[in-house]
Amino acid sequence: MNNIYPLSELKTGETALIQELCGGYSFRSRLAALGFTPGAEIKMVQNLGHGPLIVSLRDTRIALGRGEAQKILIRLEKEPLCHSQVKSENASA
Amino acid sequence: MSQSGQERKRIRIALAGQPNVGKSTVFNLLTGLNQHVGNWPGKTVEQKTGICHWQDWTFDVVDLPGTYSLSANSPEELIAREYIIKERPDVVVAIVDAAALERNLYLVSELLPLPVPIVIGLNMVDVAEQQGLKVEPHVLEAALGVPVVPMIATKGQGVTELLARIQDIVCNGANYTPNVPDIRTDHKEILDRIEALVADHVPPEYPQTWVALKILEGDKQLTEMMRTRLPQEAWDEIYRIIKQHEDACVAVASGRYAWIGRMVRAAVVKPKAGQISLTDRLDRWATHPLWGLFILIGILALTFWLTYTIASPVTQLLEAYVVHNLANLATTELASAPAWLTSLVVDGIIGGVGTVLTFFPILLIFFAMLGILEDIGYMARGAYVMDRFMHMIGLHGKSFLPLFLGFGCNVPAVLGSRVIESERGRLLTILLAPLVPCTARMAVVAFLAPVFFTAPTLVSWGLLTINLIVLALLGVLLHKFVLKGEHIAFIMELPLYHLPNWRTIALTVWQRLLSFLTKAGTIILIASVVIWALSTLPHGDIETSLLAAFGRLLEPVGQLMGLDWHMIVALLSGFVAKENAVATLGVLFATEGNGAGLAAILPTILTPAAALAFLVVEMLFIPCIATLSAIRQETNSWRWTLFSVLLLFLVSLAGGLLTYQIARLLGG
Repeated sequence: MNNIYPLSELKTGETALIQELCGGYSFRSRLAALGFTPGAEIKMVQNLGHGPLIVSLRDTRIALGRGEAQKILIRLEKEPLCHSQVKSENASA
Repeated sequence: MSQSGQERKRIRIALAGQPNVGKSTVFNLLTGLNQHVGNWPGKTVEQKTGICHWQDWTFDVVDLPGTYSLSANSPEELIAREYIIKERPDVVVAIVDAAALERNLYLVSELLPLPVPIVIGLNMVDVAEQQGLKVEPHVLEAALGVPVVPMIATKGQGVTELLARIQDIVCNGANYTPNVPDIRTDHKEILDRIEALVADHVPPEYPQTWVALKILEGDKQLTEMMRTRLPQEAWDEIYRIIKQHEDACVAVASGRYAWIGRMVRAAVVKPKAGQISLTDRLDRWATHPLWGLFILIGILALTFWLTYTIASPVTQLLEAYVVHNLANLATTELASAPAWLTSLVVDGIIGGVGTVLTFFPILLIFFAMLGILEDIGYMARGAYVMDRFMHMIGLHGKSFLPLFLGFGCNVPAVLGSRVIESERGRLLTILLAPLVPCTARMAVVAFLAPVFFTAPTLVSWGLLTINLIVLALLGVLLHKFVLKGEHIAFIMELPLYHLPNWRTIALTVWQRLLSFLTKAGTIILIASVVIWALSTLPHGDIETSLLAAFGRLLEPVGQLMGLDWHMIVALLSGFVAKENAVATLGVLFATEGNGAGLAAILPTILTPAAALAFLVVEMLFIPCIATLSAIRQETNSWRWTLFSVLLLFLVSLAGGLLTYQIARLLGG
């Protein structure tokens, strides 16, 4: 299971599947109701590398804070090349 | 109520739906001007009710707050589900967005287990088609077992059929066989166990199975309710089960989405991926970190330009013709009446009416602007762009626009806080809004700063900066200590853009103006008369009035910042309208109306340090009556209104003291 990242690492235009929600009860409950459930497909619409980001999920665009995005774990279906770099950064952190 | 009310058969319906699905458009379509806007009892959440006549039926319509689900995570969600369970409307109409059907049916999956029949208004079928989505209402209806009515609310399509289906359910309820979501597969045994444990203790109006599921989900309100009703052993067992399944809320939500997936599979045909929509193209600009900021600034600049080119001249015309003529008329009519009566009518009552009137043009422009931005879908983008800045003081990005309007006038800032969904965010915005210096206060500064200081512009900017710093600090403190709670997570839907629906916007603006006139207007009028009495009684002039006596009483406090009672009375008179401070000083020092005399006298009685303290207090002081009336109207609570008064009183006092002492130390 080495292709799991926080949502905040997903780059603009990339697609992934939701793996798991972390964080407090009401946070997870709110996200789940909006459709952030394990297995749901999620696309990054805008990730500037800082500040809030925009995702698209179940035909809806949702803006969320970077802190919030770090608590959402995603799974990449296929591992694209560009992510090896991110992963090594994570490993060293 | 109509005269034939007794013969007409009545149906009570509640409108439910997620935010941005066109629910208010449907509500406006049904009720037109037959609507009443108020607050849900004890809440700052807006409640809209209305009446709709169709054939020989009268529909009483209640607009439930827009919510994504029916958990207990927000006051809005609690209001919606409590209303359905306790008030039992005849039918709940669930408005869903055909262009985001899956997510919208989540609320429906939460509504179905409740003991009230549902009719689904499948709205925005035109938008869905533009997106390349094909939704088959009949297939969806067959799958869900509830009526599904395709609608295009913006064009008025589907309303008659919606009403017919509602009426059909009320008359032939037996045919209603909904397909209640079954999400038990994963947690069947646990759920059955919880249900068995709570079985005889659930209040009769609550459905047992639903309560059991909600307890498993970790619902705080229902868990608490059952804790007080259950025998100790049963509660202990349930508590153990909840602790073991803390992730159940996500699992249950997944179960609902899986069920939804099965329901819509046959009913929806999705387009091929890769289409670039209008929303995509517009968002490239609107949510861009740089261009997005420019667009926001542009919109704000436009708003203020409109205010100064349209609203201000209209306000002056209203003052010059309507208020002035009314005053003249009253003076002539009351020529033989005692002087105090003339003064009461002219200065007290007509003055108060004038205050209310002069707010109209500026409110009209601000509300129209907010209404349009909200309706076309831009508001969420503006909030996204500003969110990182607003988050630092515990506010949501959506607080930015209302607060910014405060630079024009605090009243629309307070009233505009309605665009913020969360109750806590709204309250925080309302409490902070008076700290945004309005034009009236800046006018006082603009008059007084040159009298005392060689660099008045610098002083003005400094004062403005102090206000904003205090706003930020107070935001952090209130967020931490008064409006405590979990950190408000920033999760916000960015709705699809669409053309403005003028009817909805006009109705919203009209409702907001009307509620300002009836609620805040009344308070302004009363307060204006009271202040008139205080500043006139008992001898008919302000120097010997009760207000002056009160000012003298406060003089010991004022002296700590070098202010005598004249200055305190000037501050207090700003309660009617902030710009009054200068006029009052003019009266108190008995100078000519042109202000030049005042400018000559003031430096002889006030040190620069005291003058600076006075300006700081003026900038931070208790809001004017109009703003306070707006605060009372929006919070629906005298407690919060009083809290705002006390808070700003203490803050301005501290600000004044600190300024005076520091300025003196620095040799002012």
